[in-house]
Amino acid sequence: MGLKNFFLKKSLWVFHFAGASCNNCDIEILDILTPRYDVERFGVQLVGSPRHADVILVSGSINQRDKPRLLEVYNQTSKPVFVVAFGACGCTGGVFAEGNTFAGPVDQIVPVDAYIPGCPPKPEAMISGLSKLMQTIS
Amino acid sequence: MANQKIIPVGPYHPLQEEPELFKLYCEGETVRDIKWETGYNHRGIEKLSESKTFEQVFFLVERICGICSTSHPFAFANCMEEIAQVEPPDRAKYIRSIVGELERLHSHYLWLGLAGHFLGYNTVWMWAWKYREPILDLFEIISGNRNSYAMFKIGGVRRDVTGDQIALARKTMSDLKKKNDLLTGAVMDDPVIHARTKGVGVLTREDVMDYAAVGPTARASGWDIDVRRDDPYAAYDMVEWKVITAPEGDVFAKAQVRLLENYESIKIIEQCLDGLEKEPEGDTEVKVREIPEGIGTGRAEAPRGEVFHFVKTDGSNSPVRHKIRAPSYVNIATFRKSCVGQTISDATISLAAVDPCYCCTERMAFAYDWHTGRKIYDGNQLVELSKQKTQQIIKNNA
Repeated sequence: MGLKNFFLKKSLWVFHFAGASCNNCDIEILDILTPRYDVERFGVQLVGSPRHADVILVSGSINQRDKPRLLEVYNQTSKPVFVVAFGACGCTGGVFAEGNTFAGPVDQIVPVDAYIPGCPPKPEAMISGLSKLMQTIS
Repeated sequence: MANQKIIPVGPYHPLQEEPELFKLYCEGETVRDIKWETGYNHRGIEKLSESKTFEQVFFLVERICGICSTSHPFAFANCMEEIAQVEPPDRAKYIRSIVGELERLHSHYLWLGLAGHFLGYNTVWMWAWKYREPILDLFEIISGNRNSYAMFKIGGVRRDVTGDQIALARKTMSDLKKKNDLLTGAVMDDPVIHARTKGVGVLTREDVMDYAAVGPTARASGWDIDVRRDDPYAAYDMVEWKVITAPEGDVFAKAQVRLLENYESIKIIEQCLDGLEKEPEGDTEVKVREIPEGIGTGRAEAPRGEVFHFVKTDGSNSPVRHKIRAPSYVNIATFRKSCVGQTISDATISLAAVDPCYCCTERMAFAYDWHTGRKIYDGNQLVELSKQKTQQIIKNNA
């Protein structure tokens, strides 16, 4: 394990990209920062700019209007960056996959490293997903 | 104005978790005008609804908004029951009201926490969200999920609330009352919160009436409206409670209305639990064989205000037209009154004060190119996209 990966593993900084979501995943993401789950103890922190991020957490289905913006956010991040598709909508499009504005699940737009399914995923599922992601860094 | 600067906020910004773009037109520190753009969240739910059966539509409308994920099924159930001319049994009515009020509790705590966060008062955020967790646990035990409950169906509810669950709900409510006392005291007596919220983002009674604002936004400006009392549905006319209003119209009044509404919600839930114990167990639904041709409207009071659903049916098993009006759609328009004249730092909390929910609000928006001013998609192109979609489905099915 190089020095860079050693530190990356201990401090995953997350940029949250909310696509065309129902807000459910978004509040669960905020929820894991609050006292009961408190992922900051693992070094996971939400950041406001994609330029600071190690992980892009994409929640919600992606519509025509979000698609170029997701690409732009992905291009703005410093590489390597991990993309996590969060929730049923992020993984497959979920209940909105038949909608007329749907522009494909996240993995057809940017490469995805981890999928966290569920509608919405429980905070425990998200912590499990992030810890599995950390284990892939070596 | 020549010396106006535009400050763009969004669409992906750390302030709010949903994508939306605000343009603050500022002179120095003062906001002179505000414009906002939505459409980042548009999923075409009204159209999708026409391709689903009535039972499936409940799961779809639940996912309009994850925070008020009972209000939309509530309004849709009221609407369908008007068309089918059925009345759910009393036990189902009590369960519906319990779920609706638990949702109001968790939503108001969520708002309070976020408002504290926007003021830079992260202690309030952490407290409010910590006290919100037992409500979500209760939801998980009653319905099996923390956020999307899937409790509603035409003519009743899917799951009964019985024995142990009732006892747990009673315990959660009595614990919550103490925590609400603590939180109300902490917020109402804090000099910093007073300084940041009193006289900020004021909406007068005339303003909210002009913009037809609903819910706590209207009630905090002294407009006494509440669908639960004005057009009773479920068990709200079988229990004792009162509508909370405040005359000031500033951010503090909105916080006050929400905190005091929490006590009313707890009161309603406790009375509904009493009611549940009197009703026979298992009597949770009326069987509905078919939905006749007709039109119906349904209203429900979401945590943010009135949700309105309109459905036209033709005797088949899916809606012909499904129209939804969510509360944030009208509340967001009041930004033009509440934010203009404020400083940029106060605009943030004024924007958050109405508890905006953009995923409810999304409407079709024309897409313009920022630099050239050219429309990227107009109505016809969207019809074209829709046609392509149909072709694609035909091809896939062939």
